[in-house]
This record gives sequence, C-alpha cells and structure tokens, in this order.
Amino acid sequence: MKTWKLLAGTALCASLSAPAFADKASDTVNMAFNKELETADVYFNTAREGLLLNHSVWDGLLYRDPDTGEYKGNLATEWTWIDDVTLELKLREGVTFHNGEPFNADDVVFTVNYVTDPENGVKNMANVGWMDHAEKVDDYTVRIILGAPFPAAEEFLAGPVAMYPDEYYAEVGPSGMGLKPVGTGPFKVTELEPGKHFVLERFEDYYGGPKGKAGVAKVDIRTVPDTNTQIAEFFNGTLDFLWNMPADQAEKLDAMGKYQVVNAPAMRVGYITMDAAGRAGDTPMTDQKVREAVYHAIDRQAIVDALVKGSSEVIDTACSPAQFACDQSVEGYEYDPEKAKELLAEAGYPDGFDIDFYAYRNRPYAEAIMGFLGKVGINANLNFMQYSALREKHRKGEVPMAFLTWGSNSVADASAITSEFFTGGPQDDARDQEVIDWIEAADSTNDKEERQALYSNALNKITSEAYWVPLWTYNVNYVMSPEMEFTPTDDELVRFFSFGWK
Amino acid sequence: MLLYILKRLGLAVLVALTVSAISFSLLFMAGDPAISIAGENAAAEDIAAITERYGFDRPVLVQYADWLVSAAGGDLGRSWYFDLPTTEIIGDRLGVTMTLGLLAISFALILAIPMGVAAAVRPNSLIDRAALFISVVGQAIPSFWFGLILIVVFSIKLGLVPASGSDGWKHFILPTVVLGYYATPAIMRLTRAGMIEVLSADYIRTARAKGLAPRKVLFKHALRNAIIPVISLAAVQMGFMLGGSIVVESIFALHGAGYLAWESISRNDLPVMQALILVFSMFYILFTFLADVLNAWMDPRLRVG
Repeated sequence: MKTWKLLAGTALCASLSAPAFADKASDTVNMAFNKELETADVYFNTAREGLLLNHSVWDGLLYRDPDTGEYKGNLATEWTWIDDVTLELKLREGVTFHNGEPFNADDVVFTVNYVTDPENGVKNMANVGWMDHAEKVDDYTVRIILGAPFPAAEEFLAGPVAMYPDEYYAEVGPSGMGLKPVGTGPFKVTELEPGKHFVLERFEDYYGGPKGKAGVAKVDIRTVPDTNTQIAEFFNGTLDFLWNMPADQAEKLDAMGKYQVVNAPAMRVGYITMDAAGRAGDTPMTDQKVREAVYHAIDRQAIVDALVKGSSEVIDTACSPAQFACDQSVEGYEYDPEKAKELLAEAGYPDGFDIDFYAYRNRPYAEAIMGFLGKVGINANLNFMQYSALREKHRKGEVPMAFLTWGSNSVADASAITSEFFTGGPQDDARDQEVIDWIEAADSTNDKEERQALYSNALNKITSEAYWVPLWTYNVNYVMSPEMEFTPTDDELVRFFSFGWK
Repeated sequence: MLLYILKRLGLAVLVALTVSAISFSLLFMAGDPAISIAGENAAAEDIAAITERYGFDRPVLVQYADWLVSAAGGDLGRSWYFDLPTTEIIGDRLGVTMTLGLLAISFALILAIPMGVAAAVRPNSLIDRAALFISVVGQAIPSFWFGLILIVVFSIKLGLVPASGSDGWKHFILPTVVLGYYATPAIMRLTRAGMIEVLSADYIRTARAKGLAPRKVLFKHALRNAIIPVISLAAVQMGFMLGGSIVVESIFALHGAGYLAWESISRNDLPVMQALILVFSMFYILFTFLADVLNAWMDPRLRVG
C-alpha cells in the first residue's frame, strides 16, 4: 500500500482545489465495477455485480424487506402453500416490461420452465434447481411445483429468481438478453458495452411496488479495475460512488473529512476448517483436543481490530448472523494460548507439530492466524493458492486445515452455508452423521420453529466438536460524494433504486 | 527470398503451437476451470453441472486435441466466461492493445533515438548525463506508480486528460507515455552505445576527412549503421508491450487484450487464453521477422546467408 501513501499525499493536495462533485444537476450517479461481467443475463452470471443489476433491472415474485427481513409481494401479490411442494401465487396486474410487453402468468411459467431445464445450462443451478416447473392456472395465477420441500423458497423468489419476458426471451435467448436486457425493474438498461459500460435509466412506467420508483434518473457504471484509479476518478468528480473499498483506503478517505464513508456488514464469513474426518490422512486434526487448541490459540478479536476492521464481528456460529436460523447463542472458545498448549500436550503434541495450511484470499489475515498458531507450537506451512485450485484440492479431501470464506450468494438463510459444508458433500470435513441428519431434516421442512431448533442443534455441535473455527463476518466500505444519499443494508446488495440526493 | 519467408512463417506457426500446447497444460494446473466459471459462491451441484456441460472430466490431452482441430478450421472456441466466440472478444480488444503498442513504441523511438544520438555525440556532457538520468528513472520506476502520478497531475490537478476509459484519442495519451517510457531506456542506451562505436570507426573518419557535412556524417553514415540493432530491439520491445500492457491497461481501464489476458488467467478462461497466446506469439514472431527483413534491407552484409 505504499502506492496509496504517495497517491494520498498528492491527491490530498489536489483535492484542496475543491473538485466539482457528483452529477446532481444531471441526476446521474457515476460508479465503477472493478470486474468485467460475463453477461447482463443474470441466470448466466455468477458475479455479485450481476446480482446488483438483477435487483435493479428485474423484479422477483417476492421482495425481502432488508430492514425487517419480512417477505412482501412484488410481482406476486399473494402466495399460499397448497402443500409442501406446491406454491400458488397471485400475480400483480398492470405491470409492463421495459419493452412494453405486459407481465402475466405466461412470463412466470416460461421463466421458471426455462431456467430449471438443465439443457439450457443456467450457471447457478443451485438458485433455481429447487423448483421443478411452473403451471399456469389463469392469466394472473401460477403454481410453482417443487421437486422436494424447500423451506428457503421465499428467500430465493425474493432474490436470484428474476422474472423474464417470455416473448422477448424466446426470441433473443441469453445472448440477446445479455446485450439488451429487458425486465420490469425500476431501472431499464439504455446503453451496454459488454464488460465496459452500463447505463441504467429510471423506468418511468415502473409500477412502484415495495422497491418504489428509482431515486435518481440515471446510474452510469463503468469497469475500472484498479482501485487507485477509481479513487483518482472519485477525487476528480467523475465517479460519485465507490463500492468495496479496502479498509485502509476507506479509513484514509474518511480521515480527509470531505466524503461520506459508510461501512456495513456483509453476509460473507471467514472460518478455519479442519479435517476432523481424516480425509487428508492421519493428521493431528482428527483429534478434537487439537482442534480445540487451534480455537483457543487464535485471538480473533485482535485480527478483527487490526486488519478486518469496520463493522466486522467475531462469530462462534458457522453461518452469518444476518441469516435466518443462525443461532447466535452458540458458545465458542476464548482466546487462551496456555489452554491451547495444555490441550496439545494432552493430545500427545507437547512440542507442537507442523501442518499444511491453505488459504486463497486475505493473505495478511492468514499470516496473522499463522502467527497465533506458531505461538502455541503449531507451525503452519502456508499454501496460498487460487480459489479454483484450493477448492478443487479441498473437494478431493487433500486439505488438512484451511482459512476459507463463504458469501452464501446473499441468501439470508442458514441453509445457504450449512448445506454446502456439513451434509457429507465434497467440502464436508466433519462428516458427522448426527449433524448431517439435523441439517437434512431442517432443509426439508417448512416449519420455521422446527428448522430453527434443528439448525441450532447442528451449529452447536459444529462448534462444540470444533470442526470449524468460525472467525468473523466481513464488511463492505462504501464511499460517496457528500451530496449523495444511500443507506447500505447488511446483505451487501447495493440497491441502485435507493440512491438519492441530499 | 520467397522460400526464406515461407520457411520463417512455417516455423512461426510451429513455435506458436508449441507455446500454445505448453500453456494449455500449465493453465489446467491452475485449478478446476469449472470452479472458476461457477464463481466463488457456487454450490457443489453448480460445479458438477458445469463440469459435465463443458466436458472438463475428459483428459487434458483430449481437450487440447479438440481445440487444435477446431483452431485448424479457424474456430478458436467460445469463451467459458463470456460464452461468446473467442475471436469476437479478442477482435474487439486487440485493436486497443495494438494502437497502444504502436503509439508507445513510436513514443519510445522518438524520445530515445535523438537522446541516444545526442548523448553519443558528446559523451559525459550534460546532455549525456541528462539522458542517463532519464533512462535510469525510466527503468527504476514501476509503471503502475508512474501511471498513478500522471493521473494525479494531468487528470486530477490539471484536468487535461481523462483518467480512464478507451473511448477516444485523449484516453490513449497517458497510457502511451507510461508504456513508451518503459521501453525508452533500453533503446536509448543501445543507440548511444552503437553511435559511440560507429563514430570511432575508420569510415567515419574518412567521411569527415573528405569534408562531408557533420550532419550528413552523423545521420547518413553513422546512424544508419548504429540503428540496426535498435530495430531488432524495438521489435522485441513491441512484443513485450503487447504482454506488458496488462498493468497499463488495468490502471487506465483500457479494455484491451493485455487486460483481457490477465483476467482470463485469473478466471481460468482457457479458450481465450489459448487464443491470446496464439495471437501474441504470432505477432511477436511477425515483428522479429519484419525487423530481420528491415535490417537486411538496410545492411546488405546481412543478406548474405
């Protein structure tokens, strides 16, 4: 970050000349993505940026109020479970797509049947694979039929499952939708250069609904990969909104006292997974005392205070506090290096041991963890790899210990994390049958209280057996020009339609 | 001469294919491409579906052979990330990188050759030291840092040029300076060394003794000979610039092939990487080939053999 220091110094001088801010006059928010999107068609996009476009350009059948967590009608006005696998929805009348096509039951049936057909190759099957198909009852009533009970259905209908116009999509397909997106959302896309530039304009005929009309007329999004260039453009007034600023840079921008720097929690959590099941061979990690020692050895709060910063918090539960049924009463292990040494001695490692330790992001955090482990005698050899390489290795059961993270695709339900890591799949290092049974039962009932109780059992056992060391929640820094108005939510979804001016 | 050119072109294709085969196998070692395509939040079932759909479970050699057969038919495959034809994606980006590369090498030559000549004419003078200083600075400062400083001064402070983007000629000014300056020191030093050597040669002394105008001696007799290795170096530098533009394109958000290459590596988009490696190596070979021809034209001694 030496570059930053130099840039900050020079830019500080430059910024004294009071740059022109924000396009409040033209009612346009200029912002940047730092990565290129595969496509604007949300069903073929795996990036978070695509998720942001999804929420502004399209609508789901339902909407989750980010403040209360309550599900509200969006393109559907009412919904009822006929049985465990049949959801009937009454659709809103008088809604039109950006191209003038009216919205009705045919669009829902087409969208659901298209995305659930494996032949069509939707990239995030996990987002849609829980639906089997949809049936039309009348022009404004549909039924979604599930393959099996799926309690997080409402969350997915309010999140990644966007409604597409049947006639248009049948004609243009994913590549056409990727170049000329058409939805019912508060913004319509008026310009799009793939990977380079998007212009969203307020859809004046928007029906309103729980999202409300867009607060600004235009959002202009460019791809600017380099963070320092983004900051330079922000100083220059050609960008008004910076998203995902690293903590040190956000702090310095905040210290300048001229900009709004807001920090909000993200759904991503960090954790250490340990190979309790012995998939990577007979390592010390199969011994519960050793795993507990690892838990006691790391001062997670110190790492949060020094490195992760922002609104991040230490967690003891193997999920995000923002998710439904993520029991926060789970009791973890205090930072106690002496206790860690005792446990290691009891486990037969009085002089510690060497172990391969894997990580793929936040190298400084991984090194801080290694520092704490080293103090109790656990010498972790860091293997820092690309995500795809590490996940592949982990899936093959070749990783005794790793520092990993999971963002749950912004799905605010504990199943989005526990089902991935504790149901005997390729990333399950615990393979605890009792935990698997609890989670599978929780994943297949619609009874909320029963789900909470089952997840709670599983989450308590994950921590008490020290299969994971849940570390901390992540956070996101938003930097805005002084004239902008935006309140972040804790699901890391930037709702462009909630942008406004002071 | 035609046979010579054909032989060189045949060799070029072989070299490109070899590079491509090696890179194909190396890139597969960077992790499961299905995981890259599926994204960091992908569930296990997404990865399984993608593996099956793209045929990643087949042996690497089979996948490479398939690619090779398609490439022979002019089809370089579809990007796994964008799901668009690779040629379409690269076509858009290559123009930006080629423009930047040509501008940068021109900038470097215009700056470095006169500096090298001036430094050689008066060794150890103030001009020589100034040229040395510029050269050392050019070599020492990292391009990402230099780029940011230029943005701060010329874009933020003075507001003369845009900081990022690739929509018009103004967007190319700062990237050209950064990339061109990076190539300047080597060209300048080679020009200087060549000129010093040539200027002490007998035929220059003879030319001077004959009473030829100093300017004519310098540019027609000396520079023409001293510049031959510079042409080869410039060709090599041009090749480097195609790859080296990664950092510059990233800083200035120029959507060129260099940045595409970097991004494609990080997202394991093998068809794009394969095509880029092929195109880059062909260009590299083409530049060195053109430099050889140009050198042979300028120096008849090189045509022998």
